[in-house]
Amino acid sequence: MKANPKDVNTGVYYIDGDVSSGYGALAAGCKFVGGYPITPSTEAFEAVCRRGPLVGAMFIQMEDELGSIASVVGASWAGVKSMTITSGPGFSLMMETIGFGAMLETPFVLLNIQRGGPSTGVPTKTGQADMMQSRWGSHGDYELIAISPDSPQEMFDYTIKAFNLAERYRCPVMIMSDECVGHMTEKVVIPPADEIEVEPRRFYDGPINEYLPFKPDEDLVPPMVKAGDGYKLYITGLIHDERGYSIKNEEYKFIYTKRLVDKIRLNKDKIIELKEEETDDAEVVVVSYGISSRVAVRGIEKAREKGIKVGSLRLVTVWPFPDEKIAELAKTIKAFVVPEINYGQIAFEVERCSHGEANVILVPHGGAGVHNPDDICDAIEYAAKEKKRIEGVIEYKTKLEKLVFEEGYKLHE
Amino acid sequence: MAEIIFVGFGGQGIIKSGIITGRGASIFDNKSATMTQSFGPEARGGACSTQLVISDSKVLYPYVETADVLVAMSQAGYDKYEHELSEQGVLLIDEDLVKPKPPRDEIKIFSISATRFAEELGNKIIANVVMLGFFTAVTKLVSKEGMKKAVADSVPSRFVELNLKAFDRGFQHKKL
Repeated sequence: MKANPKDVNTGVYYIDGDVSSGYGALAAGCKFVGGYPITPSTEAFEAVCRRGPLVGAMFIQMEDELGSIASVVGASWAGVKSMTITSGPGFSLMMETIGFGAMLETPFVLLNIQRGGPSTGVPTKTGQADMMQSRWGSHGDYELIAISPDSPQEMFDYTIKAFNLAERYRCPVMIMSDECVGHMTEKVVIPPADEIEVEPRRFYDGPINEYLPFKPDEDLVPPMVKAGDGYKLYITGLIHDERGYSIKNEEYKFIYTKRLVDKIRLNKDKIIELKEEETDDAEVVVVSYGISSRVAVRGIEKAREKGIKVGSLRLVTVWPFPDEKIAELAKTIKAFVVPEINYGQIAFEVERCSHGEANVILVPHGGAGVHNPDDICDAIEYAAKEKKRIEGVIEYKTKLEKLVFEEGYKLHE
Repeated sequence: MAEIIFVGFGGQGIIKSGIITGRGASIFDNKSATMTQSFGPEARGGACSTQLVISDSKVLYPYVETADVLVAMSQAGYDKYEHELSEQGVLLIDEDLVKPKPPRDEIKIFSISATRFAEELGNKIIANVVMLGFFTAVTKLVSKEGMKKAVADSVPSRFVELNLKAFDRGFQHKKL
């Protein structure tokens, strides 16, 4: 289905990633945003607030993030595409209801403009340390999808994709962006509506008394109805059968959990999007996502100038994780280099999937800034030279770390 | 490719200067321009900077490595970023607000009383646009037409005329 022309503000803009994502949500047909504005995601709220009323979309500033995410789950069950927008502290508060959303197979999008943490951390500066939280933050077994754009244009394009995936697989989809991309301003081209593909809500169209809210179609995804349209609808966070009634036996728990997980795992090939460059004859492959992939570009250029064969694998989709792709590359290369603005999250996933066939070098960053491209270049150089297979993740010592711990950085200068 | 840094205090329109220049370059001059910013939690008064990379091809790495141009509207900003200016760099300052160190290497310094001119035009809030006019005339990195369109596109409609006047005031200062 094509986007509704009324929802799309076709044109050429010079806007930041936050605003671009807000426009993308509206273009995808989002009609409800519930949230509690927080730096550095505020501009996305502002975009939705300014433009939303023109396209029949509503924004409610809720009393807090617990209310925000609950309003989004509710709005989605009422039949409209819904989104919330947040950053670190708000993301933490939303965790319980994200699991509730996953349990009720509720399509919604969560935009997280990551900032430095933990806690209030550094509100106006960047971080990429919520990656594992996005995957494992809520309790219990479930799978969801997370995307990590690296430019304002991608913030538009992948916000639409996030809505499409949420509707397609009836699950929460997270846009795990960061302050740098959120506040980066570039040209954004918003195409005409007939060039934008949107996934409509999969509504049930059978007889009214035969509707079972959790009876899946062949692809493991059940169709939905709108709450309040007269269907018998019983929805609960307890493990439930096809009718939605709570059911507690071991066998059914297994069946239900397996379906929640399998509807994503079995469709990994359709969901995962990667950008791969010059990996064919590479000795070293840099695995990156979000802003770190834009920074890695420069590190890779510098390493190539030194004659090192280095490729790049950019994770556009971070969850589900491309296990097979990493395993396949591990067999042909010496090492992976993983720059991320945290102390090792995705690097450990890369190590898990490389099955000891390649070294994995983490280039960490504490947040509130991005990597020095020289560090990424140096790590690539080290990775290419190292002949031994070293177990576990090797933590690369960056220039910043040397400055702080070896050269005696003065705190109050 | 050109790498530019604008620095000043929050409230001076430093980030707006980056947006206007980036918009002029990317929308009206059809180049690529990536703008990134750094600011603190304060609405006004805190140190504030914006980095802009302008290129004929797609900007991949979005940050400034060595600045070709530094536009300084505050002493603190100048002190913090002066060392990032390249040896052949161009330094633009509001001469009433920034006292530069003796010039190093082959750096060229261009001065303007942007804030004072803005006050003469009726409102010091347009000092950044006076500076942008001067910047356009000195660096020629973005076309005058492109910049004027970007200024007009970036301010509330009732202030377009005043801002364009401010832009021209800065632009003409180069010739004086």
